[in-house]
Amino acid sequence: MTGMDTTTTFADRASKRAPPRSARRVVGLSDRAVVWLFIAPTMLLLLAINIFPLIWAIRLSFTGFMANLPRPLGFVGIANYVDILTDEDLWTNFQVTAHFVFWTIALQVLIGLALALLINQKFRGHSFWTTVILLPMMLSPAVVGNFWTLLLQPQIGPFNYFIGFFTGAPASSFTMIGSVKLAPWTIVMVNTWMWTPYVMLICLAGLRSIPEFIYEAAEVDRASPWRQFWSITLPMVTPFLMLAVLFQAIQSFEMFDLVNLLTSGGPGSTTELVSITLKRAAFEKWETGYASALAVILFVTVFGAANIYVRVLNKVKQQ
Amino acid sequence: MLKSFSIAGIVTAGFVAAAPISAQAEGKTLTMCWAAWDPANALVELDKDFTKQTGIAMKYEFVPWTSYADHFINLLNSRSAECDLIIGDSQWIGGAAENKWYVKLNDFFDKNHISMESFLPATVVGYAEWPKNTPNYWGLPAMADAVGWTYRKDWFAKPDLRAEFKAKYKRELEPPKTWDELLEVSKFFSGKLIDGKKVYGSYIFTERGSEGITMGVTNAMYNYGFEYMDPKKPYHMDGFVNSPGAAKGMDVYKALFDCCQPPGLTNAYMQEGLDAFKSGEVAMQMNWYAFFPGLAKDPKVGGDKIGFFKNPAGPTGQFTQLGGQGLSVVAASKDIEDSLAYVKWFAQPAVQQKWTDLGGASASKAVLESDAYKKSAPYAPSFVDSMAMVKDFWAEPLYVPLLLDMQNRVHDYVVANKGTSQQALDALVKDWKRVFTQEGKDPS
Repeated sequence: MTGMDTTTTFADRASKRAPPRSARRVVGLSDRAVVWLFIAPTMLLLLAINIFPLIWAIRLSFTGFMANLPRPLGFVGIANYVDILTDEDLWTNFQVTAHFVFWTIALQVLIGLALALLINQKFRGHSFWTTVILLPMMLSPAVVGNFWTLLLQPQIGPFNYFIGFFTGAPASSFTMIGSVKLAPWTIVMVNTWMWTPYVMLICLAGLRSIPEFIYEAAEVDRASPWRQFWSITLPMVTPFLMLAVLFQAIQSFEMFDLVNLLTSGGPGSTTELVSITLKRAAFEKWETGYASALAVILFVTVFGAANIYVRVLNKVKQQ
Repeated sequence: MLKSFSIAGIVTAGFVAAAPISAQAEGKTLTMCWAAWDPANALVELDKDFTKQTGIAMKYEFVPWTSYADHFINLLNSRSAECDLIIGDSQWIGGAAENKWYVKLNDFFDKNHISMESFLPATVVGYAEWPKNTPNYWGLPAMADAVGWTYRKDWFAKPDLRAEFKAKYKRELEPPKTWDELLEVSKFFSGKLIDGKKVYGSYIFTERGSEGITMGVTNAMYNYGFEYMDPKKPYHMDGFVNSPGAAKGMDVYKALFDCCQPPGLTNAYMQEGLDAFKSGEVAMQMNWYAFFPGLAKDPKVGGDKIGFFKNPAGPTGQFTQLGGQGLSVVAASKDIEDSLAYVKWFAQPAVQQKWTDLGGASASKAVLESDAYKKSAPYAPSFVDSMAMVKDFWAEPLYVPLLLDMQNRVHDYVVANKGTSQQALDALVKDWKRVFTQEGKDPS
């Protein structure tokens, strides 16, 4: 009782002690105010570089504004959206993009998973080969685009000689990036070459997270390696694979630099991804209003699709 | 040796560094903006006389062709004072005049007795006038240029090839005079083994991103009946842009691409053409005359090995695509007076002559029509002829979307085999109508 009194008295005394003047001001701020004080700079930055441009772009999408001409904005209502959604050429570009995204992801997942399964084994030179496989994704897309352009050059590029050696076709008799049939596959090939290591890394993380005892239990039950793969490895790696698919789908949908350097969207418009169309409308034709409308449509498409996908991903994880 | 070289270098560097400082101290420095290419080097050399005479130092901003239009149009539009003088592309003139990017030069020309009569008419219309064919001047013709052709004179002179060609086509193997002949000669050379190497008939422009394939295909289309609009009804394009003749011209260009372009050159412009010709890959090459002085002196393919000819004729006439640029004073410049002094200096006949001698291409009649010029270089006669038969692309303020629309439609058909030439041109008319409507013009 006495001790308790002593503590209270001590605490009372401590609380009643006058704080220094500077400290008194800080004490005057509520917890909520301190929280706001800390996050306000980030919020302001976010508003300035993300939210404001987004709102501004939405506003511009309803105008006929051209950034390279000193003209008023000129409100045109939904004309830009109607133009885009009724433009057959643009739908063709969406198809080209879909082809690119689908095949890029399919190949990256297949090859990435296969490489991850391989690298997950213990063998001599394991670290060396892992580094070699990871090299392409460490390069700049500008570098990759330029050197593949050189590699694929029909007269002096080694790629045609390599193909010619196996098929017997003269090296300069065909062109990968200049051919209507081959160019769409060429951009898939180069993008797959560059980004498969990334998918491999994510898969490898998934493989390493599977507890060893599950395989031991399966072996006790005499499960074959094939059965182990289908019943243990694949289900447990699936959430990681789905994450890789999400990242790569967004990355491929927005792909610009690599393809622009390789083909500039050609020949004709056979490899013109929507991102290239957007860039040309915004910074070559300077149809800023039209380009803003296209950007809004792309944003809604990617944002909507990614949201649906994330929900599915969460369900898979729960299972 | 090394020591004396170093001392000389330091002394030279000292002079080079000191010269602009003294001029800048007086506030006398002008910035000239242009593309980074061979004639720009000649201009730097020429301008040394201007600095010597006036004490005004010259600075330069030369940008690669690939970003030339984007870069400078953005500068002009933002009212930047980075350039005092600009050698701007012929297609910019409409936008530059209507948006007041350039200083109007009529009063200045009158006051200083600079007459547009002394320049080739096509260059005045192309590089100086807006609206076209009216005496409103926004530039001084500075760099005359047009599309022309080079050919391997040594290959054309080979007796076995000449005999084979004569047996096949019943005429001599000579530089083609018509597009039909061009196609024949190109096909004849394509696939031949010359000096142990497989060669191709001809190189033509196919670049898609900026202006390349348009600057190429128009050389065929003009000569088969293509017109930008009804001469009696401005901006009315139906039946002119997409006339059967225009479609036929496009077909001929495609035929030339399909039969005779070296593989891989599906997105190629000036430099790729020069490379293909210099490496002995093609018998004939389409390119701008501005590059021909360099090619004529090339140690591998120049001299006796190279010949030049003007763009071949078609069924409806003989025209060629205008290139080149005019010299203009930037309205946002902080030193308009000195900039005008430069224009006055540049317009002098003696300076125009020296400009051509150094490797530029004057548009002055006195220079180009002189006998001395025609004998001065192997390409000179065909250049003079070409400058009298030029046509230019639209020079409207919205020329960029007009150009990119044509790039897309032509590349889709010629290189990517999409649809027919008639469909491509019908679609182009639709695209162009949209742009003109946007610009407030009536294309109906």
